[in-house]
Amino acid sequence: MDFTTLITILDSAVRLMTPLLLACLAGLYSERAGVFDIGLEGKMLMAAFAAASVAFLTGSAWLGLVAGIAGSLALSLIHGLAAITFRGNQLISGVAINFLAAGLTMLLGQRIFQLGGRTPSLSGPARFGEITLPLADTLREVPVIGPIYAGLISGHSLLVYLAFALVPLTWWLLFRTRFGLRLRAVGENPASVDTAGISVTRIRYAAVLICGVLCGLAGAYLSTSIAAGFVQDMTAGRGYIALAALIFAKWRPWPALFATFLFGLLEAVANRYPDLDLGVITVSSIFMQAMPYILTVIILAGFVGRAIPPRAGGEPYVKER
Amino acid sequence: MERMPKWADLILTPLISLLLAFGLSALVILAIGESPAEALKVMVTGSLGSSYGWGYTLYYTTNFIFTGLAVAIAYHAGLFNIGGEGQAAMGGLGVTLVILALPWPHWTLALPAAMAGAALFGALWALIPAWLQARRGSHIVITTIMFNFIAAAILNYLLVNVMRPVGSMDPASASFPAATHLPRLSDLALAFGITWGKNTPANITFLIALAACFAVWLLIWRSRIGYEIRAFGRSEPAALYAGISPSRIIVATMLISGALAGLMAINNVMGGGERLILNAPEGAGFIGIAVALMGRNHPLGVILAALLFGFLYQGGGQLALWTSIPRELIVVIQALVILLTGALDNMVRMPLERAFAALSRNRG
Amino acid sequence: MSGAAQQEDPAPAIELRGISKAFGTVQANRGIDLTVPRGTIHGIIGENGAGKSTLMSILYGFYRPDAGQILIGGQPVTIPDSQSAIRAGIGMVFQHFKLVRNFTVLENVILGAEDGARLRPSLARARRELQRLAAEYELLVDPDTLIEDLSVGHQQRVEILKALYRQADILILDEPTGVLTPAEADHLFRILRGLRDEGKTIILITHKLREIMEITDNVSVMRRSRMVASRATAETSTAELAELMVGRKVLLRVDKAPARPGAPVLGVRGLRMTDATGVERLRGIDLEIRAGEILGIAGVAGNGQTQLLEILGGYPEPGARLSGELVLNGQALPLTGSDGRARRRAGIGHVPEDRQAEGLIMDFTAWENAAFGYHDAPEFRRGWFLDNAAMRADAAAKIEHFDVRPPDPELPAKSFSGGNQQKIVVAREVERNPDLLLIGQPTRGVDIGAIEFIHKRIVALRDAGKAVLLVSVELDEIMALSDRIAVMFDGRIMGERRPDQTTSGDLGSLMAGVDPASTDPQGAMPPAAAHPGHAPGAGA
Repeated sequence: MDFTTLITILDSAVRLMTPLLLACLAGLYSERAGVFDIGLEGKMLMAAFAAASVAFLTGSAWLGLVAGIAGSLALSLIHGLAAITFRGNQLISGVAINFLAAGLTMLLGQRIFQLGGRTPSLSGPARFGEITLPLADTLREVPVIGPIYAGLISGHSLLVYLAFALVPLTWWLLFRTRFGLRLRAVGENPASVDTAGISVTRIRYAAVLICGVLCGLAGAYLSTSIAAGFVQDMTAGRGYIALAALIFAKWRPWPALFATFLFGLLEAVANRYPDLDLGVITVSSIFMQAMPYILTVIILAGFVGRAIPPRAGGEPYVKER
Repeated sequence: MERMPKWADLILTPLISLLLAFGLSALVILAIGESPAEALKVMVTGSLGSSYGWGYTLYYTTNFIFTGLAVAIAYHAGLFNIGGEGQAAMGGLGVTLVILALPWPHWTLALPAAMAGAALFGALWALIPAWLQARRGSHIVITTIMFNFIAAAILNYLLVNVMRPVGSMDPASASFPAATHLPRLSDLALAFGITWGKNTPANITFLIALAACFAVWLLIWRSRIGYEIRAFGRSEPAALYAGISPSRIIVATMLISGALAGLMAINNVMGGGERLILNAPEGAGFIGIAVALMGRNHPLGVILAALLFGFLYQGGGQLALWTSIPRELIVVIQALVILLTGALDNMVRMPLERAFAALSRNRG
Repeated sequence: MSGAAQQEDPAPAIELRGISKAFGTVQANRGIDLTVPRGTIHGIIGENGAGKSTLMSILYGFYRPDAGQILIGGQPVTIPDSQSAIRAGIGMVFQHFKLVRNFTVLENVILGAEDGARLRPSLARARRELQRLAAEYELLVDPDTLIEDLSVGHQQRVEILKALYRQADILILDEPTGVLTPAEADHLFRILRGLRDEGKTIILITHKLREIMEITDNVSVMRRSRMVASRATAETSTAELAELMVGRKVLLRVDKAPARPGAPVLGVRGLRMTDATGVERLRGIDLEIRAGEILGIAGVAGNGQTQLLEILGGYPEPGARLSGELVLNGQALPLTGSDGRARRRAGIGHVPEDRQAEGLIMDFTAWENAAFGYHDAPEFRRGWFLDNAAMRADAAAKIEHFDVRPPDPELPAKSFSGGNQQKIVVAREVERNPDLLLIGQPTRGVDIGAIEFIHKRIVALRDAGKAVLLVSVELDEIMALSDRIAVMFDGRIMGERRPDQTTSGDLGSLMAGVDPASTDPQGAMPPAAAHPGHAPGAGA
């Protein structure tokens, strides 16, 4: 494999990991606050649809982004209502949200565009274009650094850079601010926050809504940046892979970056080499695509370090007598 | 504390949740500019208005009974088996391997063997998550989700690369020999001189599903292991105190649950498709969640809920055929049923409890 | 500054007038009046369920009273939430600590009382403040340790520090010694006296008379949701307080004939147990129980009694390492690889310490519970199935023998009172006529009438020639029932006594890890050896 191919694959990995990273960070906020979320998939899907629809109708990717976030937030609110206000089962709520998104995107898509669930193709300002970083073209010919800078680092959409910037931001927010301290406390022992006179409900809602915003970004990226429009079930399990990455990263922001990069890379390699010939054996791309799930099971099994979720995760908070 | 009579808890709450789900669905239909009344009419005529419609309705019902029972029994042990889809897919693989392995002379011989294959493969696919939960404490919800995807990948690989007959472009197994075709319910009706449900895939698996319901009822409320499953599901420390082994219960329950999900393949692969195709369960594993929730994890409730979803599924197909409402409407209804009966249960229950409390105060 | 306020401001720190609170149809507090003078330690004593915790929860803003008035420092206030309670200068140390286990001490202290959006300045200030408080009140805790690495006593100090950091003038402690070793409890009392001398007001909720007498200035007694009396501690006695608590003179005396011990039933030799976190919970236990005798195990909760019962009952906690020998009726009993079922078959009955979590399935009916653990006994089984009719008949008989009320086997366990729930468990275990009965905290949360009944049945079992191992944190119960008393401290048996040859003072020393009979100072456990890690709670 030559250097150019490597750059191409890594570049593709960066594109493919971006929605995973955004959704993974989304899940991180929610689950660190003690609200399990297996509805990342549905929220992304809803956001992808809303973003593509509005972007097409208005011709503005930015308005599309706003719509995507709004669509995802609406589902987050439902999750908050079920998981926090009515103390329902968070897993069941997540399952329901995934179905709700799958059904509603098709119903609304068919109603608005009559294209069997897809939106018309987006072009021009209705998509997030690629940003060429300063000096990218000038440096292109410099050996090694040139291709890395011009081919890998430069030339992504704004949302890619945003996703990467969110990693240190999330770390800072969680571990260096009052909000982060309270959010983590609510996920570990909500009674500690409650007895300190702080509302558990409000912090959990805040976390769930942040999760909605980030899923909105992830979905909008899918339909208005990496692709040019929405197609049925376009998330294709990415919400679950993001969930897998979250477990892989043990609910921490920096490892989340590496986990999603790994899973993005696997997808990129599978795309490029449908049957990867390793000399001794040929690895089917199907296997590569299933790798994130297999790796997650191995991590969950505790064979490679233990993944301990936030202690109060999945439990509705009920004030004790 | 508990003022609500049992019947209200068992019947009234799910009924109100269901009505709410339907009400919201009607709003959705209105929102996309169609008439809910018209939609309901199309669905009812399409699924219940003819023996043809009934045939399909019962065919889907059969699938959902199996997956609903699978979710329900796991729930009694406090486990949320979200992997019915993968287990049903692997069950299909089991059926196919059994049928294609031997030249079965008659379906009566093939059926028990295929059932064993379906149950075995479904159970084995549930065994690994169960073992990981029992021994390593890995959250079974996440592992069963992952196993759904892994099952899909395996079947995808096998159907494309291994099981596809030479010369076929279709990612599917060879068709099953005619001798192994299960009798359809229409054949059964004809034997009594009645023309019923011609050209529908409803087959004798429906009767097996009903028998499975009875068996599960016996298991949960009459057998010793059922008693232990229920005890463990309600209190693990108490189970330990009584000498009930948590690992044994987790593994046994998930084996039974996986076997039930796998058995669905008798209906859709052996009885309906008569060959194995990609994504054979078509989401029935997930509908099982809605069915179990609505049926309050009781086999009788599962039958009723499965019938409802069978009706929705068949009716939804008819909608797509006769109106401009896509069949995904039923996915929305399914989502709302899961949401309202499963996650927003308290939203319905709390006001009801208050109402009953007020009622008993007035009477007292 | 509060010290000066004591003279200038005669208004009591807290005054409650006519506080009432009901949950549904249950009246938890009725017309409570209470006056707590500034700069004093005030005890509130009462039985479980008397309404103490509800009253304090009202003071801390968890519940709003249905009626009544709260005055803090003479000013009427409303306390709609915990934030208002904190602003009013009230701090609370709960029985079950409200700490985040994987946060540091410092992070726990500032949680909810941060100075601004960024943590760094808050942490710096808290570090300085903690140093000051540590010096002032003997409240030494390493600010950078994770809570999960602290002993229970130290975790409690963090809770006190949290309250002081929020500048609490009034400190409420709910059953603070339930999970402490005697040494830790002594240290706590020193801290509380120091706080009082600095002018803080302290409310101590407890059901232990000894603590009230030892540390409080005044005491108020609650009984059945009412405040029945207030006394200056110096002017009352344990006898008077006990009488006020239960409403009549209760002599915890059980009429029993002298024991006639027979052959040894259970032998425990050199039993050691290290739990999954590496803490040694049992450090070489030797015991012998004979037929026809009751061996009482006394001790503060969390000194290994729970582990001993679980091992004998066949279900040591997962991941524990065990060594030693068990002998039942001359036969070796397997230490590991056994379970509750095998122990029952061998002739061991077990009334567990926590009946709601272990002894019963709260959602199961009484008849399903009456066979729990024995559901595979020959009379209940029909192949793979259960003989529900036989189970129902058996339960009905037990309910009659033990006078369980209401006598309806179809009711779920959760709808019985604590005493009747316990009767179901005791009936189940006693009526099997086990050779050995393990019984933990037999009367915790049980009403007086049921206590007498249960005590009589335990003695009757002994008189029928069976062996009984009784574990209780209630010294009175141990003294009244036991034929021999073994005292556990820090995973060891500190000593053995006969009830007629000992005093509660003597037993108290043993419970504190000091053997007064021993002349060899090496025999006594230094208080510093108090084990870390969290002990099982003393129950609600």
